[in-house]
Amino acid sequence: MANTETYNYKVVRQFALMTLVWGVVGMLVGVIIAAQLCWPALNFDVPWLTFGRLRPLHTNAVIFAFGGCALFATSYYVVQRTCHARLFSDGLAAFTFWGWQLVIVLAAVTLPLGITTSKEYAELEWPIDILITLVCVSYAIVFFGTIMKRRIKHIYVANWFFGGFIITVAILHLVNSAAIPVGPLKSYSAYAGVQDAMVQWWYGHNAVGFFLTAGFLGMMYYFIPKQAGRPVYSYRLSIVHFWALVFTYIWAGPHHLHYTALPNWAQSLGMVMSIVLLAPSWGGMINGIMTLSGAWHKLRTDPVLRFLVVSVSFYGMSTFEGPMMSIKTVNALSHYTDWTIGHVHSGALGWVAFVSMGCLYYLIPRLYGRELYSLRLVETHFWVSTLGIVLYITSMWVAGIMQGLMWRAVNDDGTLTYAFIETVKAMHPFYIIRLLGGAMFLVGTLIMCYNIYRTVANASPVNAPVPVPAAAH
Amino acid sequence: MADFTSGGWSLYITIVTIVSLIALFFLAWKLSARRTDSGPVETSGHVWDEDLEEYNNPLPRWWLNMFYLTIIWAGLYLIAYPGLGTYKGLLGWTQQDQYETEMAAAEAKYAPLFEKFASADLAQVAQDPEAQKIGGRLFSTYCTTCHGSDAGGARGFPNLRDGDWLYGGEPAMVKTSILNGRQGAMPAWGAVIGADGVKQVAAYVEKLSGRATDDAAAGQGQQLYQTNCVACHGPDGKGNPMMGAPNLTDDIWLYGGSTEKIAESIEKGRNGVMPAHGELLGEAKVHLLAAYVLSLQGSAAAHYED
Repeated sequence: MANTETYNYKVVRQFALMTLVWGVVGMLVGVIIAAQLCWPALNFDVPWLTFGRLRPLHTNAVIFAFGGCALFATSYYVVQRTCHARLFSDGLAAFTFWGWQLVIVLAAVTLPLGITTSKEYAELEWPIDILITLVCVSYAIVFFGTIMKRRIKHIYVANWFFGGFIITVAILHLVNSAAIPVGPLKSYSAYAGVQDAMVQWWYGHNAVGFFLTAGFLGMMYYFIPKQAGRPVYSYRLSIVHFWALVFTYIWAGPHHLHYTALPNWAQSLGMVMSIVLLAPSWGGMINGIMTLSGAWHKLRTDPVLRFLVVSVSFYGMSTFEGPMMSIKTVNALSHYTDWTIGHVHSGALGWVAFVSMGCLYYLIPRLYGRELYSLRLVETHFWVSTLGIVLYITSMWVAGIMQGLMWRAVNDDGTLTYAFIETVKAMHPFYIIRLLGGAMFLVGTLIMCYNIYRTVANASPVNAPVPVPAAAH
Repeated sequence: MADFTSGGWSLYITIVTIVSLIALFFLAWKLSARRTDSGPVETSGHVWDEDLEEYNNPLPRWWLNMFYLTIIWAGLYLIAYPGLGTYKGLLGWTQQDQYETEMAAAEAKYAPLFEKFASADLAQVAQDPEAQKIGGRLFSTYCTTCHGSDAGGARGFPNLRDGDWLYGGEPAMVKTSILNGRQGAMPAWGAVIGADGVKQVAAYVEKLSGRATDDAAAGQGQQLYQTNCVACHGPDGKGNPMMGAPNLTDDIWLYGGSTEKIAESIEKGRNGVMPAHGELLGEAKVHLLAAYVLSLQGSAAAHYED
């Protein structure tokens, strides 16, 4: 009997295209605030264009709008394809799409208006937080519901990572956003003092660990072997590094609070677990890169594969830099400097954005039954953006380490060698280089948008059939 | 001890941490088997989505050893440093001790340098080139945020080079201002004298500084001034350094000298705060700072223009 059931590609298409839209918005705001750091007059003395309000808009747009839509699109695609089953509920899936878009639009309105909880990466006020919770729960039902109705006995490794990300992010959000509302747009955190700081960075670091790492490793585990046409390097390694990663990440938050009111023991534990995290992180990198063994030549001809593999390389670099920066002695220099900004962006641009873009280049032709409009443009995108990342992170390394060294420089008489404003002045040229790097990354994204537009324009959407259950497996 | 509401939490942290590290070690060890046969690598036998498979390559040895090493290092660190609940660690290190040790070392090293000037007369210190260097560096670290890199001030933050002193320019008074801070309060008069009254007093105040104003308004303003303002600013408007009441006759304006700004100061009042620096810097450094500020007098600088 022919199986007429198809995969739900509609919601995947919706999320995939919105990934690009929000990517452009988020990166553009990033370029604007980078320019404001060079030339502060660019806020035009308009309150809702000031750095303090646009910066959370930038972070929310790139992490939760761009990154979030990429995660929804890929996880819905991967879970269906690897379970041989249509999504558990089309209605709930549609709710996650429209609900998430509403969250993003509400963020884009409230943050410039100055409506904020002031908790980093969790700035949205309580009514929006409730909506986020509803979307998260629906997402979990759709995802795990699909896993439940799978027609293949084993759950593919990508789904472990997506599942871990979905559960943990929901819990992180619920705990950290706990607040007492005092009005429709104002609330106060349920925690006080150093407990509030600890909960915040437990959340903040695991937003990186689970949203920006585990979820995107899920992408890596499906799209790299698919694009390379090679089996994943090591099943064993995927088991060890999955459990070690999800277990260890949750401890690492206190390294954001070195030399603060946080008790010594908590700081030490955060640092120790951050060091232990190095190997589990690199396990993912090894599994991604070594999947190419026997297919290295494809990197020469396949720019999409290059996006995916370079993203894993940046992942490896960032996850070495992170544990190093968590060491108290290093942190004493790096903390509060632009080195942190450079570190975050080598992960955000090099890893998260690049792996998402590689996945979209793989996905979109399959969702529309078309070849990509131009592989040459993918190639151009790759080089413009890679150069942009390199300019961004190297300028921030130099600026940040210089800043840290200037802060601690002391004269023979014990007075500080540099006034604060001198450090700002010294960083100015590097801020301009950073702006250039960020702008190049945005240009690369715009090239991608054009390429994708030409690919999908006038194309009719495809909905692939769910395969008939195979007898053998 | 104060970190925990009861000793049980310390035990809980300790046990969870140790068990966790052992479990991580065990996880890696359990799956660390080397390949025994030399044939081609097998896949796990599972296939998804037509062609997705997984090889079952062993864990790379260098990676595995790195993982073991970090776990062992974690254990050693937690023996040496605080981490396991209330256990203090063999080295007894705390960030508080580190801070106090570093501060004490700095104090021992630098204090004699400052003490050298502490007992000398301020006017004399203001002439000393070495003291000037140190004072200038202290100024750029602690004072420029409000008073500007050139000490020229900004709205609400006095110019320190113009010879005009709210609390007196004698060396001892300047030092007292830095040491103990100042709190300047001009009450709001809008409700007392009304909108017209504010305009009239503003006209009179402008006249005191020798500006051309509406004489009729200034005349009425003078009467209001004599009733309400003399207590602080004095009958002739020369101010009173005892309470930081500004001289109104010198055409120097802390909060802006336009007619509107003067009226605003009268209507809404002003509050100026100079924070106390004695506790933060210690008297020896304040002594040097005061000397530095005194040395700026009469030197040319860009005046803050409102």
